[in-house]
Amino acid sequence: MIKQFVLASALTLGCGTATAQMVEVNKNPFPSTYKAMTAGPVLIRGAHVFDGAGAELSKADLLLEDGKITALGENLEAPEGATVIDGAGKWVTPGIIDVHSHLGVYASPSVRATADGNEVTSPVTAEVSSEHGVWPHDPGFNRARAGGVTAMLILPGSANLFGGRGTVLKNVPSRTVQGMKFPDAPYALKMACGENPKRVYGQKGGPGSRMGNFSRYRKTWIKATAYKKSWDDYREDYAKWEDAKSSNKDKKRKDKGKDKKPPKAPKRNLQMETLMGVLNGEIIVNMHCYRADEMVQVIDMSKEFGYHVGAFHHAVEAYKIADLLKENKTCAAMWADWGGFKMEAYDSIRENIPMVHNAGACAIVHSDSGVGIQRLNQEAAKALADGNKAGLNITQGEAWTWLSSNPAKLLGIGEKTGALKPGLNADVVLWSGNPFSVYSRADIVFVDGAKVFDRHDKAYQAVSDFELGQPGEGDEK
Amino acid sequence: MSILKTTATAISLLSLAFAAPTWAKTIAITGGKVITNTAQGHIENGTVIIKDGKILSVGVGIAIPDGATRIDASGKWVTPGLFTPLSQVGLVEIAAESSTDDSSASDSEFSVALNGVDGFNPKAEAIAITKIEGMTRIAVTTGAGGNIFSGAGFIANTSGDIADSITKSKAFISVQMGERGARIAGGSRPAAWAYLRNALSEARSYRPGRESEDALLNGPDAMALKPAAEGRMPLLVYVNRASDLMTLIRLHNDQPKLNLVAVGATEGWMVADKLAAAGIPVILEPQNNLPSSFESLGATMTNAARLQKAGVTIAIAQLGEAFNARLAPQQAGDAVANGLSWDAAFAAITSAPAKIFGLGDRLGALSDGMTADVVVWDGDPLELMSSPDHVFIGGEEQTLTSRQTKLRDRYLDLETVKDAPFAYR
Repeated sequence: MIKQFVLASALTLGCGTATAQMVEVNKNPFPSTYKAMTAGPVLIRGAHVFDGAGAELSKADLLLEDGKITALGENLEAPEGATVIDGAGKWVTPGIIDVHSHLGVYASPSVRATADGNEVTSPVTAEVSSEHGVWPHDPGFNRARAGGVTAMLILPGSANLFGGRGTVLKNVPSRTVQGMKFPDAPYALKMACGENPKRVYGQKGGPGSRMGNFSRYRKTWIKATAYKKSWDDYREDYAKWEDAKSSNKDKKRKDKGKDKKPPKAPKRNLQMETLMGVLNGEIIVNMHCYRADEMVQVIDMSKEFGYHVGAFHHAVEAYKIADLLKENKTCAAMWADWGGFKMEAYDSIRENIPMVHNAGACAIVHSDSGVGIQRLNQEAAKALADGNKAGLNITQGEAWTWLSSNPAKLLGIGEKTGALKPGLNADVVLWSGNPFSVYSRADIVFVDGAKVFDRHDKAYQAVSDFELGQPGEGDEK
Repeated sequence: MSILKTTATAISLLSLAFAAPTWAKTIAITGGKVITNTAQGHIENGTVIIKDGKILSVGVGIAIPDGATRIDASGKWVTPGLFTPLSQVGLVEIAAESSTDDSSASDSEFSVALNGVDGFNPKAEAIAITKIEGMTRIAVTTGAGGNIFSGAGFIANTSGDIADSITKSKAFISVQMGERGARIAGGSRPAAWAYLRNALSEARSYRPGRESEDALLNGPDAMALKPAAEGRMPLLVYVNRASDLMTLIRLHNDQPKLNLVAVGATEGWMVADKLAAAGIPVILEPQNNLPSSFESLGATMTNAARLQKAGVTIAIAQLGEAFNARLAPQQAGDAVANGLSWDAAFAAITSAPAKIFGLGDRLGALSDGMTADVVVWDGDPLELMSSPDHVFIGGEEQTLTSRQTKLRDRYLDLETVKDAPFAYR
């Protein structure tokens, strides 16, 4: 695979020569350069644990070694050189993963110059990528880390039908976006339903209605289907051509000329490459969608074109169709109690998250906010309490799946993080008390076993370039 | 002001605020942990007796009048109703639909003369959803539109009573300064402060029928600003940057009669001692810790605790909200997690707002003779997982339903297959 790999831009050089190779597009031109900070083994003893996969353990020990979780249980032995933390009276959970963040693309301070989250020039901009809008010095990353967030999906905004690619980042300080990129995490595609696209483009050539939204989605998926086919055909033709070339000796002289030139690769098209990635199952669709009826229309559309919707975001009416979300294995990423600000958010209810969970569908708590991302545990707590008061019976351990394992699975990193299981990345938060209490705070945050935040030690409190020399630099935030 | 006029105002306020439909009801709430917000402090296993819309008595083992309706609050918390110091509840149904949004009027000829009460809808969805979270009183303000002044704010209850929701009409005036005020006033902070100082001066010297030809304020605006300009009504000033707060303090020093209240005050902690010395209360949002603008670079969640420690009266809100003004208890809880005492945090969403708006003798605490806004909670009211079991406004028990709870109940059970569509549920 790697040997055959040739940049498509080299097409003219390679084409038709004796050394011709099949053209493949580099799917990862901005590769992650993330390196975990060095860390010795850490043993947290006797803490109360939500394991992120649904279970709750009292007085358990958790061992972190070489960046991984190596054991969760009772009376674990501290390896040599291990830092032992007394977890008595404290809570331990997996790091929180926010699947809907605009940190970096709508950075603080919120001035015109830092608004890089919506490419409001066309309703279809699947060609753009949030990673190119992220400002790694956004102080919001540091605040989110102090709230126990260890990874997040940075999405473009919802002005466009196809907003562009979303990028999964680890919440570690870095000079570059590449230094934050979660290694091997798939890209997301941000799409948007409803009011936003028609409001933004209604006077700018459309779409001006939900009908227009759907026709543009479908026209675009038709193009993407054809584009995918052009590459599928190219690969097939190339294989045939290679077969023919190898059997060339046997051919008659007059047929030889026909096989001389290899098939021509399709032209590169960044927009179509993203959509082809979705159709090939490599890029995960994350769609901003509020209304239940609209989500169901989108599910039908995804079946029409043969792709899968990973999650509906905001999804304030998910509770009306939680059974259908379950059936289609589509997550709903929700707020606990935001709503009312526009017509499609008018039917927001406080039990949305627990009702989706209760129906057996994948529920996720998301923020869409630089303030909300700092307390997603609190948002889960409110939703859990409201659900149970309405008669549901959901445990706190189960509710933590909304914050770590469900988000990790949605983002395609569920084999790497999201739960306290041996072998997974040691993305861990030590809380001062039960994180479903308003009075508890993240005391220590680990990413890949390395301490990236300590509330009681300034040495582990990153200060963004932007905040140096400003009022409150290094202050308790 | 003459004594006669004061009394007349008080009587008109009373008739507005306390005309509860059922005067004869007596209710005894027993066995709960009672938060009084008075010298009585927290009372374990306390009793609160409500009679004729008012608190009759609060204490341990007090006699329960015959015929009283009893509510067992064992294991629960009993508190004054919450009072949000600033919101847009009832002025906005859906912010994105201008036809339903009466929170500002950028094209109006008037500014201060805009009377918020005229836009208030006690049947707005936000009223019920706010009430069922334990919030019984709301300060409501219009927002700045084409002028730094946004009109007269008011105090209402959350009963939803179409005829009897206003506690205090024309309760305060608010004015937008800082970055936003600067843009509205012509392009700079000096322009905004010059406009404000001139407006206060014009309002004070305003005499109906003797309008000055070159006045910047029109007659109705000047008339409406007069009580605030003369210090008879709070003037709420939106400011965040420490230097803007210093300008506010200079205004106070020049015109000490003004009843100034700072709103936002993100960098308040940097000038906390000076705010305390000037006696300027602050309405703030504790969660606000991002340097989200160049006037909020010093933002920190410790702001509330630092201000309070310096002696500043603080009130806590989820600012600018219609739908989520109800989140003030979470804001208060987060302030506690960042150093504020529980009592100060709870006062900041009950008694402090009542005092700021001159209603401290009737609202915000549980003591004899005060208006019976009482909430029975299933736990600590600042906790995320607590919620009200009973809400009383003026002694009247409220129904804890809303458009949201009805939607919930309609879709709570998706499993049972029924012939009829959900719309029949």
